[in-house]
Amino acid sequence: MADRHPEHEHMEHDHMNIPKYLGIFMILVVGTILTYFAATVDLDFIFPGANTLLALLIAFTKMAFVMLFFMHVYWSPKLIWLSAIASFFWLAIMFAYTMQDYFTRGSGVFTG
Amino acid sequence: MQSADAIGGNVYDKPKMNYLTNGSTLKSWLLTKDHKRIALMYLISVSAFFMMGGLYAAAIRLELLTPNSDLMESGTYNKAFTQHGVLMIFFFLIPSIPAVLGNFLLPIMIGAKDLALPRINLLSLYFYWIGGGLALFALMQGGVDTGWTFYTPYSTTFSNTFVMAVGLGIFINGFSSILTGLNFIVTVHTMRAPGMTWFRLPLFVWAQYATSLVMILGTPVIAITILLLAIERVAHVGIFDPAIGGDPILFQHLFWFYSHPAVYIMILPGMGVISELISNFSRKKIFGYEFIAFSSIAIAVFGFLVWGHHMFVSGQSIYAGLVFSFLTMVVAVPSAIKMFNWTATLYKGSVSFDTPMLYAIGFMGLFLIGGLTGLFLGSIGLTVHLTDTYFVVAHFHYVMVGGQVIAYLGGIHYWWPKMTGKMYSEFWGKISAMLVFIGFNLTFFPQFILGYQGMPRRYASYPAELQVLNIFSTAGASVLGVGLVMPVVYMVHSLFYGKPAGDNPWMLPGLEWRTASPPPTENFEKMPVVTWEAYEFGEENGLDLEEAKRRDLAVVS
Repeated sequence: MADRHPEHEHMEHDHMNIPKYLGIFMILVVGTILTYFAATVDLDFIFPGANTLLALLIAFTKMAFVMLFFMHVYWSPKLIWLSAIASFFWLAIMFAYTMQDYFTRGSGVFTG
Repeated sequence: MQSADAIGGNVYDKPKMNYLTNGSTLKSWLLTKDHKRIALMYLISVSAFFMMGGLYAAAIRLELLTPNSDLMESGTYNKAFTQHGVLMIFFFLIPSIPAVLGNFLLPIMIGAKDLALPRINLLSLYFYWIGGGLALFALMQGGVDTGWTFYTPYSTTFSNTFVMAVGLGIFINGFSSILTGLNFIVTVHTMRAPGMTWFRLPLFVWAQYATSLVMILGTPVIAITILLLAIERVAHVGIFDPAIGGDPILFQHLFWFYSHPAVYIMILPGMGVISELISNFSRKKIFGYEFIAFSSIAIAVFGFLVWGHHMFVSGQSIYAGLVFSFLTMVVAVPSAIKMFNWTATLYKGSVSFDTPMLYAIGFMGLFLIGGLTGLFLGSIGLTVHLTDTYFVVAHFHYVMVGGQVIAYLGGIHYWWPKMTGKMYSEFWGKISAMLVFIGFNLTFFPQFILGYQGMPRRYASYPAELQVLNIFSTAGASVLGVGLVMPVVYMVHSLFYGKPAGDNPWMLPGLEWRTASPPPTENFEKMPVVTWEAYEFGEENGLDLEEAKRRDLAVVS
């Protein structure tokens, strides 16, 4: 029942090599630089917290590259994909239920 | 002929060497990759932590014998209950069933030679030792007084004890949990014996699988929370301290996002043990196998959605409180499904009252009270009166001691013959089980009343009119203590003087009972092929009980 088949390893070999790894690394470096400069510009004129959202978007993109290529999820079986997606889903639960507290604190009929 | 060799008509050759005799040097134990040896080392370690945590409990109960704080001053009392909680929760309750019983039994129950990642398994034990050692070192240096929850600002602004050292110990110990959970999931997916389909898995394995999901999804969050605490304390980045832009309630969100599911890390494996005991000691196929299996998964998932019920009076939004209160009622449903199915299994079963079954029946009663009082605390109005009172202490202990510890003891008694090849004294086992049950109720039931009358937890002194119930509680703790020490004595005694248990002393169909006691290093002499359903009693699955009974009697005599 091994999840890992020789074909998979062969495919990884075909898809990734040193230049490609370096290319992904460069994308991560660019993302970091972009995060820095985005933080120096006040984007609150779009909506409050836009800077945070942008920083999170860049971070999410970088993380996706790391997972898909450095961690080889892209060539992995469906079960690994499911595990990766489930982790994000759980993170989303944590954020969503925590933020429901912050967004509704002291509002509506319960203003006290 | 299917592979029911060990119990059926075919007498197999006894293995020459078992996992206990396969190497006797210290190195052979410390560098072992055998899941059974690792489980035994966990057993000794968690027992040591349980004893230390128990000593703190004894100190707390002695202090509360009288209304005044005369045995220890308030600061010392704060440290006593904090250290009781830290040792019991992080170093006993969380690892005990998965790391001891799960480690030992999961591969055998699915017909595997070992866990999928044996070296990672050993690494998880070392993480546990390092984390535990660090926490103990910090406790000896002066301890910690924040409560086991490490709430801010006790753990930040107003901290004057060894918070970060204990926090680091828990942080490292968390990796032990994650690695164990990961190992179990990989093992169940990839190492099942031929014929061992998902719906033939013992319910103990389903429970371990569900627990493992919680371990790997939840534990990183507590690690990150401790890390954030450290960052705020060291670098003064405003995360939890409002003076520098943080929010103390954020700590509670992050802490309980892990720590409420952690309650299910503690109780779910216990429920798995109880499923085994109820079915096997009723000699009846378990009622509603699929429902019990999926209710474990449902508890694991819904358990992540209810953490805000620990924060009803924290300043959390009332709307969030409403949502969390509703979801708390929902998570009671899968637990109730288990209770109903266990009860239906007992109905018209051929129930025997051996020591493990006494624990299982005790569990059903105690967990029922623990679970139902949880609904009181989940009700958003009633909880205002009960929060931070002894009602919470009683509820928590009914679930954790009445549930997890009782299940753990039941499991240890049940599988002890398999683990050691020796039988303990049934007489003393039953006496001990009854003492634990009586002592436990005498200790904690009065605390429901004390809490409802308004006695707050975490104080060394209390009004004189509450003394009588506190005396009951302390007296009960003494009985409970005796009941808990007794198994150590008669089980150690059984190692040297116990009768040989035989391979299948309880006459049961599970795979673990179809190999030798103690099992060989590779668990089975030959790869088992599973052709029977879980909990099938009778000859149709190759289980000739009469023949097995005759053979085991011959072995014992």
